[in-house]
Amino acid sequence: MSDVYLAVTILWGFVFIYAVMATMDFGAGFWSMIYINHAKTKATTVANRYLSPTWEVTNTFIVALVVAVYSMFPKGAYTLGTVLLIPGSLILILLAIRSAFLVFSHFVEEYEKILVYISGITGILIPGLLISVLPITHGNYVYVIGGKETLDLAGLFSSPNEYAFFGFAISSTLFLSSLLLADYSKASEELDAYKVYRRDAIILGPISLLMAVFIMLTLRTESSWLYNKMMDNFPFLLLSLLFFLIGGLGLFLPSGKVKGKPRLAVIAVTLQYLAASYVYGRAHLPYIVYPYVTVHSAFTDPSSFHAVFIMYIAGFVILFPGFIYFWSLFMNDKRYLRRKRADQSPE
Amino acid sequence: MSDLLLARSLFGTTMAFHIIFATIGVGLPLMILTAELLYQKTKDQEYAVMAKRWTKVFAVQLGVGIPTGTIAGMQLSLLWPGFMAVIGKVMALPFQIEIYAFFIEALFMSIYVYAAERIRPWMRIVSLISVAIGALASAVLITNVHAFQGTPDGFRIVNGRIVDVHPWKAFFNPSFLVTSGHVALSAYIVGAFIIASVSAFKMLKNDFGSRVYKFHQKALMVSLVIGGVFSLLTALNGHESAQYLHRYQPEKLAAAEGLFETQTHAPLTIGGLTDKETQSVKWGLEVPWALSFLAGNSFDTKVKGLNDFPESDWPPLFAHTLFNAMVGVGSLLIVIAFGGLLWRKVLKKDRFPKWLIWVYVASGPLAVMGIEFGWIFACTGRQPWTIYHMLTTAQSVTTSTNIGTLFVLFVLVYAILAFSVIFVLFHYFKKNTVADDLNRAEQKGVPLFGSNS
Repeated sequence: MSDVYLAVTILWGFVFIYAVMATMDFGAGFWSMIYINHAKTKATTVANRYLSPTWEVTNTFIVALVVAVYSMFPKGAYTLGTVLLIPGSLILILLAIRSAFLVFSHFVEEYEKILVYISGITGILIPGLLISVLPITHGNYVYVIGGKETLDLAGLFSSPNEYAFFGFAISSTLFLSSLLLADYSKASEELDAYKVYRRDAIILGPISLLMAVFIMLTLRTESSWLYNKMMDNFPFLLLSLLFFLIGGLGLFLPSGKVKGKPRLAVIAVTLQYLAASYVYGRAHLPYIVYPYVTVHSAFTDPSSFHAVFIMYIAGFVILFPGFIYFWSLFMNDKRYLRRKRADQSPE
Repeated sequence: MSDLLLARSLFGTTMAFHIIFATIGVGLPLMILTAELLYQKTKDQEYAVMAKRWTKVFAVQLGVGIPTGTIAGMQLSLLWPGFMAVIGKVMALPFQIEIYAFFIEALFMSIYVYAAERIRPWMRIVSLISVAIGALASAVLITNVHAFQGTPDGFRIVNGRIVDVHPWKAFFNPSFLVTSGHVALSAYIVGAFIIASVSAFKMLKNDFGSRVYKFHQKALMVSLVIGGVFSLLTALNGHESAQYLHRYQPEKLAAAEGLFETQTHAPLTIGGLTDKETQSVKWGLEVPWALSFLAGNSFDTKVKGLNDFPESDWPPLFAHTLFNAMVGVGSLLIVIAFGGLLWRKVLKKDRFPKWLIWVYVASGPLAVMGIEFGWIFACTGRQPWTIYHMLTTAQSVTTSTNIGTLFVLFVLVYAILAFSVIFVLFHYFKKNTVADDLNRAEQKGVPLFGSNS
């Protein structure tokens, strides 16, 4: 594989990892808000138990993603930085309010509800804005006038394709997070919470699939180059659909006291998104911003890339045990998962 | 205002706000670690209570430090795409390695806070050391980019194209160690004096000799030792930083000292305002020959003045005032830290005079102002360049407009965050008093470090 494709694969990997982690993060924040008045089901408790130790790690991935863009595709970062000034700033403002109030809500019990509402609502808008970067890179609303790149915001927000992406991001956020929280509740033996999240996942799964179809329908008229190239890999889209069905099956299989094997559903649905994002990413190549910037024209200096690539490997080797330890403490330790409400922290 | 000035104002405001939390975020883990180690050594529960309470402060302020840091990192691309296009090609390594430092800090911070009761004490110390190292490394690495801006290395620009890229040579640019060291050491000063401020204030509020008073006095002494040691180290390193300016960025040193004529036996002017018309520093205190000596360790050292450079390349002349303010704050902190230690440890006095306690109350805000002065000096003193003699600020700025509206929005958000972080800290510590924590500590078998505390 050439350097350029190696680089774009790493970048795609970061996009995918962040997308999955962010949907779980923002979704968990939203659910913890929705069920804040249903103390009995413990749905909020479970959401917070997941969210408290992980939000900071998730946030680091978005920084890693942006750094990956500018260290591997500096010219791409130049164009994206220029056209994303307004939407990017909006994302940052929402992200700042969301993260800060999420932390603060654990320290001031009297104002917990209002803080949870603010962070829940700002948080659920972020995935919608983040995913808008994709339709922007399709290039329909990017203009180059006298060497200056500009974004036609009004045009973007009058495009059905943009709303299809927006809706897809929000429904997927809720779908993936409810699945994860269903699994997390079951591992925590919080069966009431499990039932709540399982129900939510069953409702949201088909909605997010419809949104994906809506994206394809609008893409066909708005960016036919991308649509046609995606359809070249139609078998992978079918594979994605198959994983969706397996995921659905996972929620209905009999298993002990309650229905469903949520762990199977989480894995299958993650594979569903992986397959679909592979098709999308591959069709998007070689463009970073169509038709102005390609991965080749944006690529960094080769010696710089080699240094960066070696550091990626070194970083992975150093951090991997840390992630495993973290996972074992917060995702897999029964003492953490099953502690009683009385021990719940006001962290 | 021009778009360039608006972009600078917006980014400057972001940085000015972020560095408060970033600096405390580097400084506090060392204080927490010190308290933990003192507890392990002395088995004095009060140190454990300190570690616990400072960890709470740390956790709350991360709620602002992390998102504003994310904003700073992305605004680099949004506001300065021309700059980041060069940095991406040449100086990507520090950003990339910094990500690993963030991960280490984030992973172990969660472990220290949320898994404390499930891990062994030595693992708690390891987690804390990892948090401190992660925080320190991220400060050192991001400052390396700033160092590179002043002493760029590892590439050339030929006909507008970047050639001969050596990423590790850029990474180890000449001022990397001295500049990063300066920022890291000064962060420990801030961490220490923030604690000193709060402790001193609580000493004023509580009766002399009471249990709570003694607790705060103990915390004050810890912070004076750490603060004193690091302010001294920062001063030594600061002297070296100035010598680097003499070698690598002479017009910045000239602006810092308000020197117009190139000369040997150059005087050092303390205070005063640089006046362009008369080419002198008005109302300053002049120490003959001192600048030459400080710049090159001999009175014969020739120090370049501003007149050696085209006026379009001059940094703003108020750099002199900022530089003096930074040095002034640093020197004052050395005096008050060692003054306090002398009073208690050598003269064996059992209580501080009230006016001195008020000085300690002021020391935290003063230390924060010191780093603000230092950063504003370091960044405005580099103007008109983003990369010294390679890339101008005007070439770096975005071609987008509408920055004025964004500026207003971001200022508003920072105001909200500033207000709420102060409110949350006050509220939390009003409900969870030192007396409560001390009582808890005395009861055997109640975990102090549990996330259920």
